[in-house]
Amino acid sequence: MDIRELQGYASFFMTIFLVVILYGYIIHLYRSEKKGERDYEKYGNMALDDEIDSAPIEQNPKTQREKTEGNK
Amino acid sequence: MQSNAALEYDYSVAKLFTYTTILFGFLGMLIGTLIASQLAFPELNYLLGEYGTFSRLRPMHTNIVIFGFTLSGIWATFYYVGQRTLKVSMAESKFLMFIGKLHFWLYFFGALVAVVTLLMGISASKEYAEFEWPVDVVIVLVWVLWGISIFGLIGIRREKSLYISLWYYIACFLGIAMLYLFNNMEVPTYFVSGGIGSIFHSVSMYSGTNDALVQWWYGHNAVAFGFTVPIVAMIYYYLPKESGQAVYSYKLSLLSFWGLMFVYLWAGSHHVLWSTVPDWMQTMGSIFSVVLILPSWGSAINMLLTMKGEWNQLTENPLIKFMVLASTFYMLSTLEGPIQAVKSVNAIAHFTDWIPGHVHDGVLGWVVFMIMAALFHMAPRMFKREIYSKKLMEAQFWLQTTAVVLYFTSMWIAGITQGMMWRAVDEYGNLMYSFIDTVAVLHPYYTIRTLAGVLYLVGFLMFAFNMVKTMTASRKLEEEPQFRSPMAA
Repeated sequence: MDIRELQGYASFFMTIFLVVILYGYIIHLYRSEKKGERDYEKYGNMALDDEIDSAPIEQNPKTQREKTEGNK
Repeated sequence: MQSNAALEYDYSVAKLFTYTTILFGFLGMLIGTLIASQLAFPELNYLLGEYGTFSRLRPMHTNIVIFGFTLSGIWATFYYVGQRTLKVSMAESKFLMFIGKLHFWLYFFGALVAVVTLLMGISASKEYAEFEWPVDVVIVLVWVLWGISIFGLIGIRREKSLYISLWYYIACFLGIAMLYLFNNMEVPTYFVSGGIGSIFHSVSMYSGTNDALVQWWYGHNAVAFGFTVPIVAMIYYYLPKESGQAVYSYKLSLLSFWGLMFVYLWAGSHHVLWSTVPDWMQTMGSIFSVVLILPSWGSAINMLLTMKGEWNQLTENPLIKFMVLASTFYMLSTLEGPIQAVKSVNAIAHFTDWIPGHVHDGVLGWVVFMIMAALFHMAPRMFKREIYSKKLMEAQFWLQTTAVVLYFTSMWIAGITQGMMWRAVDEYGNLMYSFIDTVAVLHPYYTIRTLAGVLYLVGFLMFAFNMVKTMTASRKLEEEPQFRSPMAA
């Protein structure tokens, strides 16, 4: 088997592997929403409610403290 | 950190890039229209000596619209969307403000050098990678500065999660960084030869088939990460924001994102079908191109479904019209591309005018429409004035839509005619036509394309006029509009 043939097989199996990962991700998204662990759709509101002083959908813990101090 | 009550988003960098988007858009499309005219009327090649020939101007057209207009549009929108979806202002960090401004000015300097060198005929002779090595060095520095801006803003964000648009901007940043570096690996001949020849000249580090493969891996993915990914980033923000409707399915946007990332990078070899690259690689390019329909349509359909129940906005708001048409053209060109990548179709389509036809329904209908809509949406927020004229915007929309349709239909007919004539043989197996026979047949279609170019350019001038008037003479706004952009009749 020469190098070109090897490259072809490597490409084929890597594709299969990545397809499995992608489908795994789809299942993960729907399953975690069904179990109530996460609500992905709420992130859509990030574009609509994007004023600088509006409450974040999920506050970044790193800036939580500074913001509270800033508001004093 | 300052008190939030006094804090506002700072659009100074976004404004600077908005100006260059308009400037480079006009310049790129003007040259595009001129070279389309030259193909129909060859005498126009001799207007400006060596500086006015098709061969000198064509790389200028492609590079100005890609690296001038589109990149400026990407950055104008990034410095706007980035702040807003991360809920952090550039004004909060002196460092990021400095980097942002340096990003702009170094880019502007680099763009000027790039334009001048291309006009002088200094070229690396690789399509869409014509810049010689000193310009490449400047581009790399500009790219690094953008990276610092992206990750700097993310570092001080208030919103923990990154909105889907930011994922796409990051993919644009990483994708182009990788592609540009690998494809522009070049050896400056002056230094390795001990001072012979021009200091600007270089040769590619790859040769033969490898060079072609790397080139089209780059060339196709420049379309992916320059003309698709960042434009999808824009529509995921501006369409929901302008219409007041959250994206139809956030999960679908995530799936489409990973799907696109996974598939796009493998499709580039469809540019070298029927060539000396390994057969499996050609087949892989074809298959991945067809699979690409799924993630592309995933995003486009998601956008159309975002308008569910709100289709009345399409008639009331011309900005929605621009974005819905952009999304529709995205669907059209992402169906057309895979069809052309099928080996048997490619045997007819390759090297014909159907290819520029495909490229232009994508860029004129999708990329430019979306960037103009984004700039229109930002203008009332950045300049605190309403949009100058709704009527002008409506007229521009119809003029440019007609232009795009004329462009791609004429090139479809021209391309397929050309492909069939090249392959036609008589009963003895001799070729029936010589090259000049095809040129004579194609002349009317080239003339239609020129007309399409003129119409589109006039439409762009109407856009530029509307924008300048909005910045300078339109009615001032008391407060920022929440969703629909205010515009005078």
